Amino acid sequence: MQFLQQLINGISWGSIYALIALGYTMVYGVLRLINFAHGDIYMLGAMFGYYVAVFLGVAEHASGVRVLSVVLISMLGCGLIGVGIERFCYRPLRKAPRLAALMTAVGVSLLLENGGQLIFGADPKFFPPLIHTREIFRFHEIVLNNIQLMIFAVSLLLMFLLHWIVMKTRMGKAMRAVSFSHDAAGLVGIPVNRVISFTFFLGSLLAAAAGILVSLSNPKVEPLMGIMPGLKAFVAAVLGGIGNMMGAMIGGLIMGISEVLVSGYISSTYRDAFAFFILIFILLYKPSGLLGKTGPEKL
Amino acid sequence: MKSIRQVLFCVAILCFFFFLNHFLTLYLNPYYLQILIYAGINVILAISLNLVNAQTGQFSMGHAGFMAVGAYASAFFTDRVGPLLHSFFTHVLAFPDFFSSFFIFGFALVIAGCLSAGAGFIVGLPVLRLRGDYLAIATLGFGEIIRVMILNMDVVGGARGFTDIPIYTNVFWLGLCVYGTWMVIGNLIHSTKGRAFLAIREDEVAAECMGIHTTKYKVGAFVIGAFFAGVGGALLAHEVGYLHTNSFTFLRSIEIVVMVVLGGTSLVGSALAAIVLTLLPEVLRFFSEYRMVVYSLVLIFLMLARAKKWKST
Amino acid sequence: MRKFLLVLAVGMGLVMGCGKKSDDVKIGVYASLTGNTATFGESMRKGIELAFEEINAQGGLLGKKVRLIVEDDQSKPEEAKTAVVKLIKRDRVVAVLGEVASSRSLAGAPECQRSSVPMVTPASTNPKVTEIGDYIFRVCFIDPFQGEVMAKFAYQTLGLRRVAVFTDVKNDYSVGLANYFEKTFLELGGKIIGEESYSEGDIEFRAQLTTIKSQKPEAIFIPGYYTEVGLIARQARELGFQGPLLGGDGWDSPKTVEIGGSAVEGCFFSNHYASDDPASVVQDFIRSFKEKYGEVPDAMAVLGYDAARVLADAIHRASSFQGAKIREALAQTKGYEGVSGRVTIDQNRNARKAAVVLKIENGRVKFFKRVEP
Repeated sequence: MQFLQQLINGISWGSIYALIALGYTMVYGVLRLINFAHGDIYMLGAMFGYYVAVFLGVAEHASGVRVLSVVLISMLGCGLIGVGIERFCYRPLRKAPRLAALMTAVGVSLLLENGGQLIFGADPKFFPPLIHTREIFRFHEIVLNNIQLMIFAVSLLLMFLLHWIVMKTRMGKAMRAVSFSHDAAGLVGIPVNRVISFTFFLGSLLAAAAGILVSLSNPKVEPLMGIMPGLKAFVAAVLGGIGNMMGAMIGGLIMGISEVLVSGYISSTYRDAFAFFILIFILLYKPSGLLGKTGPEKL
Repeated sequence: MKSIRQVLFCVAILCFFFFLNHFLTLYLNPYYLQILIYAGINVILAISLNLVNAQTGQFSMGHAGFMAVGAYASAFFTDRVGPLLHSFFTHVLAFPDFFSSFFIFGFALVIAGCLSAGAGFIVGLPVLRLRGDYLAIATLGFGEIIRVMILNMDVVGGARGFTDIPIYTNVFWLGLCVYGTWMVIGNLIHSTKGRAFLAIREDEVAAECMGIHTTKYKVGAFVIGAFFAGVGGALLAHEVGYLHTNSFTFLRSIEIVVMVVLGGTSLVGSALAAIVLTLLPEVLRFFSEYRMVVYSLVLIFLMLARAKKWKST
Repeated sequence: MRKFLLVLAVGMGLVMGCGKKSDDVKIGVYASLTGNTATFGESMRKGIELAFEEINAQGGLLGKKVRLIVEDDQSKPEEAKTAVVKLIKRDRVVAVLGEVASSRSLAGAPECQRSSVPMVTPASTNPKVTEIGDYIFRVCFIDPFQGEVMAKFAYQTLGLRRVAVFTDVKNDYSVGLANYFEKTFLELGGKIIGEESYSEGDIEFRAQLTTIKSQKPEAIFIPGYYTEVGLIARQARELGFQGPLLGGDGWDSPKTVEIGGSAVEGCFFSNHYASDDPASVVQDFIRSFKEKYGEVPDAMAVLGYDAARVLADAIHRASSFQGAKIREALAQTKGYEGVSGRVTIDQNRNARKAAVVLKIENGRVKFFKRVEP
């Protein structure tokens, strides 16, 4: 009984990781850059959502249009910020060693966190309920509510949408070409910079979506909320095989479920350690991740 | 003849740091002394990570974990075993107080280094099969695992922190440790064997073809790096007098990596970057709560400024 | 680059060398203005700044204007030490106020003790903090007192026998409070069924709450901060837990009710004062805090304000800015009417004052019971 409830908790929590991991995996696939600031974009998504919702007064009288505009405005805002970060902080470093780009990403991440504390204030904020929580299922001790179900459904939907974009559209084809080789893609006339910008835009949209979804079920937003989920989502992306959409989803769910089971049955103190333990275990026995393609690393 | 000269040289070094310590504690404002000590500790950490990251090309992000091992191990030693040794030294061997604490802290530093090196070996052996970003995230993970394990140990205070650590760190010990780290790592990378590290960084497969036992050297670099990280942690523990696992999060590891990346491959560069990044937040105190924002801006700016150089080569 | 770094290092050294002089009297504050507990540091600073603004408006201390020097410690113990050394050795402050967290007070306090500069901590509850030396004081409860108050309240007043404890395991305040609560509750004859833990900054507690709920406790004791309590309460109710939730002074913030909403209805927590207390000290403070910052003060702001006031009172009585004399006066503080209650400093330099138990009803925090020390 209790196990089923934990499973529901785990899937809903893992879906959030999966959404953030999708963005991580996409950027990594195209740029081979661990975008450390991705977790903070997720935070910005939730923050923007909060301010737009308060500005529109969604809490007092929620309507479909208002809720939708909260979601769209904050997603768009984050998308633009993602593109801006790439343009000004990562693009100048594209020829530099990867380590340097990674450290710049760390700098951007610190900037967003500390800047967030200054601009939004360090105190936690209550995210107004855009959608009211309703139980849709109750059997003995097991409870499932509409938001938990929605989080799972939306992340599944977004994943398939992303898969479609990458596999079926022209832009997606270009993205795959760029991820294969920047130079070769440039030679055949693909606008590499525009493709990379688009990738960042898409990744940041997903992070913002995750930020808003998480605020629906856990309505507290603060400037440092992105650090741990960002790190865990990266672990999830590696777990599933970095660069692989389906892998990110599965990795996220595994992370979420295992975290919940560890905190529920062992102790939450070992939760973070356990997450990293799985990661190291997977890396040692299947270094390319669960669904990643195995191949020699280019020298 | 040569050995006499070596002994004399060692004595001279000891005397130099001894008098430097006295001079600085007398004439330097304790605030600047404090920053100097933190800068020195960061230099040790940056140089030891330089061996792993910049010389051998193994991207480790778990340095704070090894620091924590050293810090807690040495604090445990001086706090629990220290008083016993002290009474043994002063009562049985009739050492003066000064020598007693000299030996106790000396032991503590060695123990800290050795335990961290042991942890480095246990972590390094499996993990160093990985490369690049995967290695980075795995070492980061190990760093966090070490931290969580310490947090759950009640003998070292757990969440309430380790209190009442004697304050032993001073410019004498700091100078000695910085000098020692510099000498060991500096001589190592310029020795014949040390060239193997560079070879692994440049091309692991080619290095292997040349007959270099890559695993041995990679793990070796990792263990030596962890040793000095442990020493740095021990110095920090006996400077602050209080330990909490919050001081050893992955952000701390990242800070050290930033020093190495910013400073370039040379030891001098890493040491300078360590000093600059220790001073920076202090200089920025002027900005009050804006300082961490300015700090991160400066960091991005420095990285971008470096990028121009990378482009030209 | 190397040259550039060298120039930068030397330049910074020079910048740090210069300082300013003035005739004001300087009081130092070290607080976590950045980092993961920045929200507490900010609140404390607001309380302290308000106190000295009022003091300066009334003519300052012993005829001198007070200049506050607030230093950030990035929520890290080793930085706390640097901040304190800077305040004492470079700025030459006459007294130090801070830190909220015991872990950082424990790193900063030895420096105050060594330099004979009195330090008053607003909210460090670990008993070890004031054991560091005779220059270290506090104006808050210590963990054993508050843990006992809530355990007795749960057992005797609410008649609870089976309680679960949900601790913030990375937080020394929470761990300490939980320990003393459990100890007293067991001594009284109650049963602790289930101890679960979370970490500060978490937002997902359903896993642990599901486990707690399956053990069917009558109530859950959550000795955490308001940053997490609201969400914990929400998720506990979502999973169908009906019993009351209990907590300590970490709950005291408008955020608890704002985030918790209807989930915290009928919950109890111990605190230093009740905001609906008609006493003029309390009401005046709340009014001027709202005027200045546009928000309702939380526990950290109140304690920061009281720490500053108690210190100012001691300086008045000492009529001197010498550390030793301020220390004497602080040690003799008796029945000082603070916002957080009547403060008397005992021989261990801890504040002895009554605790109140508050109940959340209809979205408001109401006075429920008073517990004398």
